[in-house]
Amino acid sequence: MRMKALIVAVAALSAAPALAQDKPSSARLDAMIKAAFPGAPADWQSRFVGDETMKECSDAHNTPAKATDEAIEKRERAKIKYPADGKLMGDWKAGEKLAQSGYGFRFTDYPPKQANGGNCYACHQLTKAEVSYGTVGPSLLGYGKQRKFAEADVKAVYEKIYDSNAVLACSVMPRFGANGVLTIDEIKDLVALLMSPDSPVNK
Amino acid sequence: MTIRSIVLAATCAVFALTAAAFAQDATEKGLEKYRQMLKADPWSNPGLLDVDRGEALWKSPGGPNKVSLETCDLGMGPGKVDGAFAQLPRYFADADRVMDVETRIIWCMEKIQGFKHADLIKNPHPAGGKPVGDRGAIATYVASKSDGMKFNAPDANPKEKEAIALGEALFWRRSSTHDFACASCHAASGTRIRLQDLPELADPKEARMVVGQWPAYRVSNAHVMTMQHRLLDCYWQMRMPRLEIGSDVSVDLIAYLVHNAKGGEISAPGLKR
Repeated sequence: MRMKALIVAVAALSAAPALAQDKPSSARLDAMIKAAFPGAPADWQSRFVGDETMKECSDAHNTPAKATDEAIEKRERAKIKYPADGKLMGDWKAGEKLAQSGYGFRFTDYPPKQANGGNCYACHQLTKAEVSYGTVGPSLLGYGKQRKFAEADVKAVYEKIYDSNAVLACSVMPRFGANGVLTIDEIKDLVALLMSPDSPVNK
Repeated sequence: MTIRSIVLAATCAVFALTAAAFAQDATEKGLEKYRQMLKADPWSNPGLLDVDRGEALWKSPGGPNKVSLETCDLGMGPGKVDGAFAQLPRYFADADRVMDVETRIIWCMEKIQGFKHADLIKNPHPAGGKPVGDRGAIATYVASKSDGMKFNAPDANPKEKEAIALGEALFWRRSSTHDFACASCHAASGTRIRLQDLPELADPKEARMVVGQWPAYRVSNAHVMTMQHRLLDCYWQMRMPRLEIGSDVSVDLIAYLVHNAKGGEISAPGLKR
């Protein structure tokens, strides 16, 4: 929270708007987007107009006011669905494959030839073996070990992957479960990758 | 598997592990060295072939009307190419809209040479390994004629102001299945996707360093990639459909990026990984 407050303060200080100009209306932006992507399949239309959370984050350049921030986290938390049997950990080996793959929902991914990936390595360090990792998100190397493989953290990370915005409003991490990118079982596999003592993340 | 290939594989594996932390630096240093060598020999960038092709296309009769583009006004008067790119995007009264270099070239190819607009915007970008199309080559030529100059796009016209503001809003606009906006990758300094460095394009300091390198010869694609093509590539990653070339979204985003890069040096065609 403190970090975020700092970011807000810095943003406020350095907020020299490009030019004095009224903020573009969302209706105008919606119309522009619709016109810029002609010929998109009918079932892609929902991708053009974001949900309430996306709109609030876009409008606030990812740093909404406190009340909006809390409303987003509350709204997103309500979207989280849990496995019927209550088991939150799957197979870390399947999780590692998901972490490597960025497949899914790009216009070159149709018709789908494989399951969607989570592409975790694009933004996170996870294992010592994979040296090609991004740094948009924090390093997750030793994630479970650092948390002593605690039950509460298993649940917390399941929720984070299912809907990142339930934990941190306007997180740049996709809402994998809430947006239907990954299934509950796939999220369980990723939880195992992070929280299983056998996983290379914790070796 | 021969002994030699096993040794080679083992060496590579050891190298990959021990050099892990330096892999990024080494790649970047290698690329920087390559760029330095190109500067030492300014004729070695493969993108210069497209500059020459673009110049020939600009000056030769073409299209149904069999006329050259030499009467095309890129903003500094008909046929004036030198320095024109440094003052784009800008508002054009004849089209009553802001245009970037490619959108303006499409306009001229349509109005002067008689090409059909639909033909000019259909499949406008080359597949990997294929050379950039005519419009892209012409844009590369035009950009090269501002090489060494500084971005100074006009922003006094209300439509220019509006385009920059819309571009900024679009930069932050989240979309599609992954909530991605341009800002998801380009609003923080010093981060990377896998091993690829990400410039913070919302920050003029970083925008000035990179925006002027487009159009660029992209080694991994083995062709010149224009800015319009680069934006389509970003929207692909953002899980959006194919961005139409010359759309308001593409033009306004370019207006915003170039506005942020104001004062930055143009070094086109650039060279990218």
